[in-house]
Amino acid sequence: MLTTTLILGLVLGGTYALLALGLTLQYGIARIMNLAYGEFALAAAFLAVALFQGIGLSPLLSLPGIAAAGYGAGWLLYQVMMRPLVARSGGGGRLETDSILATFGLLFLLQGGLLLAFGADFTSISHLERGVDVFGVPVAANRLIAFAICVLAGGALVAALRFTRWGLAMRAVALAPGSAPLVGIDVNRVARQGFALGAALAATAGASISMYQTFSATGGVVFTMKALVIVIMGGVGNVPGALAAGFALGLIETFVATAIDPGLTLAATFALFLGVLLWRPQGLFGART
Amino acid sequence: MIRLLLPPAALALLAVWPMMVSDYGLGLLIGAATYVTLASAWALFSGQTHYVSLATVAFYGTGAYAVAVLNEALPYPAVLLCAALAGAAMALAVGLSTLRLRGVYFVIFSFGLAELVRQLITWYEVNVTGTLGRYIFLDVTARGIYWQMLALGAATIALTAWINRSRLGMALRVIGDDEEVAAHSGINLARTKLAAFVLSAVILTLAGAITSPRYVYVEPSIVFNPTVSFLTVIMALLGGANRLWGPALGAVPLFLAFEWLSAHFPDTYPVLLGLLFIGVVFLVPQGILPAAERLMRRRAGA
Repeated sequence: MLTTTLILGLVLGGTYALLALGLTLQYGIARIMNLAYGEFALAAAFLAVALFQGIGLSPLLSLPGIAAAGYGAGWLLYQVMMRPLVARSGGGGRLETDSILATFGLLFLLQGGLLLAFGADFTSISHLERGVDVFGVPVAANRLIAFAICVLAGGALVAALRFTRWGLAMRAVALAPGSAPLVGIDVNRVARQGFALGAALAATAGASISMYQTFSATGGVVFTMKALVIVIMGGVGNVPGALAAGFALGLIETFVATAIDPGLTLAATFALFLGVLLWRPQGLFGART
Repeated sequence: MIRLLLPPAALALLAVWPMMVSDYGLGLLIGAATYVTLASAWALFSGQTHYVSLATVAFYGTGAYAVAVLNEALPYPAVLLCAALAGAAMALAVGLSTLRLRGVYFVIFSFGLAELVRQLITWYEVNVTGTLGRYIFLDVTARGIYWQMLALGAATIALTAWINRSRLGMALRVIGDDEEVAAHSGINLARTKLAAFVLSAVILTLAGAITSPRYVYVEPSIVFNPTVSFLTVIMALLGGANRLWGPALGAVPLFLAFEWLSAHFPDTYPVLLGLLFIGVVFLVPQGILPAAERLMRRRAGA
């Protein structure tokens, strides 16, 4: 029983961690609080399902293409919509309010588009649902694949941020956007890359979720909310923190669902959020400011 | 003198208006009055402080649901009182845990609050009481609802006018301009924000409670419709969230436009809403009233 909860929780946490990675990049580096983030992931999930049902392309094969499309969409969105807001704010606190409002509008725009294109019904394809034995616990193969994608993407991102010159520039902008230009960093370019990379991660998470979870066009808010709670828990812009917090949330949610009631998982998310806010508002792994 | 007499005269006119319209017209009047109230109450807190609350429907729905649960057990005034208390308690809980911190935490919490309350009520109804969905049988006519909503809306705007001239309003404006300055000039940040937020939440809850008989059948997924939060924010923003009459000015035309759009373009309606919202944020970020004031001043100066 405990092993089952543990393994299922870790596998679920992998998806959450992947989902939160993109948001922590968008908020930490580009400073855009993106409330339409869940809709981004949902759009990718619907795209993966449409490709699977339309031309029989497995989500595993379409995933790289969807991630690339997500990068492109994020790049374009930053250039068209966020850049003017950044320029208008002049580096002040107004960007936060403006980006919240603008992406709140974007949320309804994307949701309306998804409803128009795919309808309001719940969708699922249950691709690769064969059970695989993990330490005596049967886990669906699609969930394991999603977990592997998370570990790969998360590990690659952590390594790239820590060891490459590109990662150094990213971290510099996240830490001190005002001082980064002094050492020759093009803040606008780095922020755009961070935002686009975040969108690519959202798309990757959405496409892997589409393999095993039932979802509908109106469910984006819950994705965004969970990702936000993980980002706050891990410390804004902290990639390893988001990974750890994602796994923690997956474990707690699976525990609540099996031991108490599946209808209370969002309440568990909120309770966790409240606990973090009261105890360590800077995040479990964030530095005190 | 005219400035003092104009609002009561307009209110009296609005109060007798339902005598000469059809049932459909009365429905429109109720809807417009509801959104004027919601947008004004939202702006009471968010307009001055710039703490964007995305939780309007969490309070509105709580009010409606409280009436649905209590309408057969208690007399109507007591039901309204209970609804207001429930809204105040919820606002206190949210405010105490988030308003001491940076604004973005408050936004995030309010963003998911409606969904949380909806899921909790659904869970409670399914597992404990076993009745999902309730009926409201109250002896209230549509005109009665309109008059109550008109009174609440007028009270909200009057309260906002009074707060704007009081120490509380001054403190809220300073907080909105610069929180650090506010703290240094001796304003108790948490208490000021909390007071305004609870006031605003009680009005939102009451608005939900008053309109609830219009629904007849109430279910969590009906009364916790996120579109209400969305419309409230865009209306207040369009008119000018930090002006006394701004939210009302934005609410009436947008409500009529949305009614027309949802009747004629039911499928593309959410897309149009989203586009309109983004348009408002980009083109008139301060709202129409402040923009018009600036234009007038420039004219006068030239």
